[in-house]
Amino acid sequence: MNDDTVRAEVRAWLAANWNAEQGLVEWRTKLAGSGWGVPSWPSRWYGRDLPEGFVPVVEEEFARVGAIGVAKTGIRMLAAATILAHGTDMQREKFLLRILTGEDTWCQLFSEPGSGSDVAGAVTRAEFRGNQWVVNGQKVWTTSAHKADWGLLLARTDWDQPKHRGLSYFVIDMKQPGVAVHPLRQMNGYASFNQVFLTDAVVPPEMIVSTVGDGWTVTNTTLMHERRGADGLRGWARGSDLVGRIHDEERAEVAVALEPYRWYPQRAGRVDLVMPRAIESGAIHDPVVRQEVAKLLIMAKSAEWTARRARTAKEQGKPQGPEGSLGKLAASNIARAAARVHTQIAGASALLAGADGLGAGVVAEVLLSVPATSIAGGTDEIQRNIIAERVLKMPREASEDTKRPFREVPRNTIG
Amino acid sequence: MKFSFSSEQEAFRESLRRFLAERSPTKEVRRLMETPHGWEREGWARLNAELGLTAVRIPEQYGGQGFGFSEQCIVLEEMGRVLLCAPYFSSSVLATGAILNAGGEAEKAALLPGMASGEVVATLASVEDCGSWDAAATTLIATRDGEGWRLDGHKSFVLDGHSADLVVVLGRAAGSAGEEGLSLFTVAGDAPGLARRALAVLDPTRKLARLAFRGVRAELLGEAGGAAAPFARTMAEAAVCLASEMVGGADRLREDALAYAMMRMQFGRSIATFQSMKHKQADMLLEVELAKSAAYFAAAALDDGDDDVVATASLAKAAASEAYTQTAIHAVQIHGGIGFTWDNDTHLWFKRAKASEVLLGDAHLHRERMMQAMITGSVR
Repeated sequence: MNDDTVRAEVRAWLAANWNAEQGLVEWRTKLAGSGWGVPSWPSRWYGRDLPEGFVPVVEEEFARVGAIGVAKTGIRMLAAATILAHGTDMQREKFLLRILTGEDTWCQLFSEPGSGSDVAGAVTRAEFRGNQWVVNGQKVWTTSAHKADWGLLLARTDWDQPKHRGLSYFVIDMKQPGVAVHPLRQMNGYASFNQVFLTDAVVPPEMIVSTVGDGWTVTNTTLMHERRGADGLRGWARGSDLVGRIHDEERAEVAVALEPYRWYPQRAGRVDLVMPRAIESGAIHDPVVRQEVAKLLIMAKSAEWTARRARTAKEQGKPQGPEGSLGKLAASNIARAAARVHTQIAGASALLAGADGLGAGVVAEVLLSVPATSIAGGTDEIQRNIIAERVLKMPREASEDTKRPFREVPRNTIG
Repeated sequence: MKFSFSSEQEAFRESLRRFLAERSPTKEVRRLMETPHGWEREGWARLNAELGLTAVRIPEQYGGQGFGFSEQCIVLEEMGRVLLCAPYFSSSVLATGAILNAGGEAEKAALLPGMASGEVVATLASVEDCGSWDAAATTLIATRDGEGWRLDGHKSFVLDGHSADLVVVLGRAAGSAGEEGLSLFTVAGDAPGLARRALAVLDPTRKLARLAFRGVRAELLGEAGGAAAPFARTMAEAAVCLASEMVGGADRLREDALAYAMMRMQFGRSIATFQSMKHKQADMLLEVELAKSAAYFAAAALDDGDDDVVATASLAKAAASEAYTQTAIHAVQIHGGIGFTWDNDTHLWFKRAKASEVLLGDAHLHRERMMQAMITGSVR
């Protein structure tokens, strides 16, 4: 098996099966059955057991004919990876296909008002009463919870165990009376996330993922896939302009899924706008501005090349070097530098927003969205700890909270 | 564009690293840096006989190995790690680059084989007392004299200028200005009328000299009056090469500072357990890795003949200048008091970092160059 044989095989399959005048779910069901939708997955579960290195080859062939892939929006692929790794066959049967076809939407119920960086400090409780789990607590920063069919829930099931050993991981039905979803408004005016209130919400016993008390292990699988995906986070956000019924359906799906992420490009600092704005405003003639623009572009370019080094190494199956863990921290530095340079270029116009603001408010949105970059998905501080401990092998700090029963650990009074 | 090294390149790097670690421990660096030349012909000859590093980027028809910048930058990165005291940058980067870019066929055939074998050590003298890295600032006057030329004026900040066998000199025709009338010449190191004085330097592992020319006989290299473009090209290439050497040094310094933090105990615990230390180390890794990526990419861009090499080269040099100096500052700080002593090795890299930051233009200058190249590029 090599690039050419894989290419020939996928090409032949697409020639026989792909056309743009079929239904989206119909096509994806066929695609999932063929294994070409997620070729690196096990062949028993909608994949073909192909090494990661072949995935770009398959994607190229899909792109060549404009064929649509399996649904990848939102956190569905994190749910899929977690269920593949730790779920039962019943769970895989029930969820994986509908994840790939896009029929079911998922959300992640990890963070709480009292535990952000310290996710393992969750205090949402799940108690086994009668013949089911009963869940009470509050979750926060939940993207798309109002649209989700299913949630990945981290809850405490044993308060006498140390922190990390008293947690369990569940799949919870979001469409039930015990689950109330409220939007959470952010400093930039958007409301892309939700708070989820769980009041005697129920989970049947077969919907636990792995065993009681193993929730932290399972959570780490989800988080690992989240971090790994962060590099190409919005890679799937390309809306196509191809003609055909199935493309219309996909565009509608992408529009809904991307709604919460409309400001994400601004969150990253919109480095792409810096040179055009500097030239347009004439600020480029200011040598001080040129220095700052150059510092930003040097950082952004070097980070881009570092990400490509990491990706190339992964494709070649080489062990991951330090370059693979740095992207998120680099992105924070870049976003902050970009906000500073945008301010410098804008001058007094930086005072304005919305219709009166630069680029119909995009620059103002950059200034008010960038602070999220160094917090969301692991703060810069946590990221530095991860780099220091996992990449540089520096010792962990002595912990105050992991060796005694969780009920004795000091924690926030809110939440 | 390639974003990874081939397994041959990795193997080359590995054997080179082992060899240089053995050949250039800091004890040897300290010995050589106290000598007037900063390097010794015997050790240099042995290095070239065993590894042929001087030949790496010289084409095969001139006695070289015909590799590209990617390979030469591996050599430089590894030399930078160990602060190798040798005239490699002056001879195999600057002078070799100038001859390859400016020289005609006969000149290359005459000059390069000796440099490929390492028997001839050459350097490039372009900068003058004013300290400008820009060719337009040249004041040294070249006058036709029968078959040959005569040089009058001075050069300064010349790498290994007092020990090189051959000096490539940038001069101009009397009455010319700016980038017009510039030519390159070759002069024997011991030519009559050439007075060479070693300068007292900040970084003792890399020597500089001031050269005074009084009616010195010289051979023209390349076209009379046409040196501006090949010289600029040589400087862009040299910026990438220096950036590579610098990221090697920065990475080594970072590793040493990490190793020290891991073993240093204070308040009853390893200082590596403190978050302030871990966060600093994480930031250092980030900065050095980004600068490495820039240097690797720039070397590959030179090999690929990219249009915007000037911008990319300056980007890499600016990134390396910031990263190396910042890493050196952190490294001294992490060592604490011992890091400020002569006996501790950190200052050897600190000095090389500071000197390299300035050599060929500091980060400010290269950021400006990069921006000018990008602005011109976006107009084009």
